[in-house]
Amino acid sequence: MDPEASAGEHDGAHDAHHEPLGFWRKYVFSLDHKVIGIQYAMTGLLFLLFGFTLMMLMRLQLAFPGEAFPILGSLFGEARMPGGIMLPEFYNELGAMHGTIMVFLGVVPLAVGGFGNFVLPLQIGAPDMAFPRLNMISYWCYVPGGLIMLASFFVPGGAAQSGWTSYPPLSIIAGQGQSFWLFGMVFLITSSLLGAINFIVTTIQLRAPGLTFWRFPFFVWSQLVTSFLLLLAFPPLEAAAVLQLMDRHVGTSFFLPSGLVVSGEILQATGGGSPILWQHLFWFLAHPEVYVLILPALGIVAEIVANNTRKPLFGYRSMVYSVIFLGFMSFIVWAHHMFITGMGTTMATFFQTTTMIISIPSVVILSALLVSLWGGSIRFNTPMLFALGFLPMFGIGGLTGLPLGLSATDLHLHDTYYVIGHFHYVVAPGTIFALFAGVYYWFPKATGRAMNETLGKIHFWGSMVFMNVIFMPFLIMGLAGVSRRLWDGGASYAHAQPVLHWNVVSSVGAWCLALAQLPFIYNFFKSAFRGKKVGSNPWEATTLEWATPSPPPHGNFTTPPVAYRGPYEYSVPGSARDYSPQWEPSGA
Amino acid sequence: MEIPYTVSPRPDTGLTNGKIAIWLFLASEVMLFGALFATYVMLRVGATEWPAGATYLNIPLAALNTVVLISSSVTMVLAWASLAKNDFGRFRLFMGITILCGFGFLFIKYLEYSEKFHHGYLPSTNTFLAIYFTLTGIHGLHVIGGMVVNGWFWGPGSGLWKRDPTHFTNRVENAGLFWHLVDLVWIFLFPILYLL
Repeated sequence: MDPEASAGEHDGAHDAHHEPLGFWRKYVFSLDHKVIGIQYAMTGLLFLLFGFTLMMLMRLQLAFPGEAFPILGSLFGEARMPGGIMLPEFYNELGAMHGTIMVFLGVVPLAVGGFGNFVLPLQIGAPDMAFPRLNMISYWCYVPGGLIMLASFFVPGGAAQSGWTSYPPLSIIAGQGQSFWLFGMVFLITSSLLGAINFIVTTIQLRAPGLTFWRFPFFVWSQLVTSFLLLLAFPPLEAAAVLQLMDRHVGTSFFLPSGLVVSGEILQATGGGSPILWQHLFWFLAHPEVYVLILPALGIVAEIVANNTRKPLFGYRSMVYSVIFLGFMSFIVWAHHMFITGMGTTMATFFQTTTMIISIPSVVILSALLVSLWGGSIRFNTPMLFALGFLPMFGIGGLTGLPLGLSATDLHLHDTYYVIGHFHYVVAPGTIFALFAGVYYWFPKATGRAMNETLGKIHFWGSMVFMNVIFMPFLIMGLAGVSRRLWDGGASYAHAQPVLHWNVVSSVGAWCLALAQLPFIYNFFKSAFRGKKVGSNPWEATTLEWATPSPPPHGNFTTPPVAYRGPYEYSVPGSARDYSPQWEPSGA
Repeated sequence: MEIPYTVSPRPDTGLTNGKIAIWLFLASEVMLFGALFATYVMLRVGATEWPAGATYLNIPLAALNTVVLISSSVTMVLAWASLAKNDFGRFRLFMGITILCGFGFLFIKYLEYSEKFHHGYLPSTNTFLAIYFTLTGIHGLHVIGGMVVNGWFWGPGSGLWKRDPTHFTNRVENAGLFWHLVDLVWIFLFPILYLL
């Protein structure tokens, strides 16, 4: 095809589309992947803030168990905080919804729906996603799913109280909020499914000429593997949600054993079901889900590390093989969440072996990122600081996971604060740091304006310090054996007394972390309108998303992009500049 | 803006966007039913006693339903093949038969269900009936979904044939792939629930 002719066509289509779009089609029911990505990202950030607020309320109760907070009491009413004292039921609501919102409504929509939608088509040089309408429907399944979750706070009995894992039999005898939770999940699963199909097809089919798989930026690989995880792991949870709804509303007993005694009376149910069955179905989703949380983060960090060390990633191919291997393995490790269910030593041996094996590719990727720093002339801008912060934090998260993956040590640590400490290190100062890094890094591309560096650095250092103030005490308390599910944070248990004061430290850390986010919120909105204007490639990066104006026009590229080289050709010997973009032919 | 490869395949992959998408969707459906079959296995293995399918279920009716559904898969292929041979009239005929077979399947399923309800056999009666109603119910929803799609291509959606026959043929092929999956799931359901 004659490139000039196709460029002409492209511009024509661009003009034809640009004018007639009204407000609703442009900003609300948009088919443009960039708008949908921003919608996902903004909604995800709002849910992160909301989930964080729930946690700050919980931290108040944990630091000062049973004390009265009259102002909050008048806000939440007699049913939840009579006289300002938080009831255990309310605490359980906050706990279950904090987990659900953070994972399913905050991090995944931001990491996959937000960054995936916005960046992936640009990085592969595509005009849009393969199915723009499906993309819009995906977002508009996510929103009702979120609204149903929020609405559940207002039904009689309040929101779901059975943890983000919704273990039966508790979840089946729970109030109406649990049904809302299940219905909300069905919407979120549908949303993820549509998104996953779209991402995979887009990546395979809409690559720019010359962009072979081995020329993909690592972010594209991580999103591709993530999409396969979403595609194949979520349907079993959909099945499980249907079964739990049947148990709750049709009177079946998929998850109810015979002779179950509730409040001193035998529950009227046919019985014969298995609570463990739910755990299997849930964790078959939820372990791959852990990698859904972490792989996009690794992708973002890889982009930023390569860009700011001004040298190629160390072991790019090993990283790609590792991320694919991680994807496969993540489907056969799920039962390491269930060592104390009495599964027997054969099963336990199998799952702890696969768990140890899956840690190898994780270590390969993390080590490759770390070694990539070696010998680079590092630019310490805000995205890079967050990316650098990610490395040790994710390292702590990963290493603290090893004792949980071995059944012998897990028997002691299971269901303690140690577990919470472990996965929060992975997700909070891990994934969320990477997401912040991504926001700072791609903000200029999305808006055409840069975020303020000074405010960004305040945001980073505040977050870095207080994340550790919050989560390090969890590891200490967990090793002392404090259970993660206690409304009073362990105050009524003798063995928790020596470590109880850490609850206060952690809570103060949480509130300070909230303060540390204020510069970010201010910076985000101020920079969107008043930030310094930037050109198409402010970071002097090599990947294709920087080959188009900031913000990119409808249809993404002003001239059809062609990839001539690998993704990270920084500091090529003999080259005039220290970066050789993918879209520039050799010798140019 | 035009999205490439919606109608003609991308040269290096040899596939259209829709073809990859439908196979990915089928993979997720396999995982959905796989989880439900796994549920069946775990419940049955854990049960002290498990009724033979014939205790509650009507094997001749289900066998008839198997024939109906397999026949509909055959007519589905013939419908697509007619399009490939540029014979829209025969497509209409075979697609119509496919849809009618769908109705036939649902009618027989209705007879089975009402017989069960008549005897007071409900999902809450025991775990066997619970998994029976859940599996066949979700499968039935897939049958209805497939019929809606097929009905669209038979009637209101067939205008695309005049504007872009290749695109229409591709879409019918993808609908057919889904219909075969629905058929295939039933071929697993029938022996597992009724015969074993």
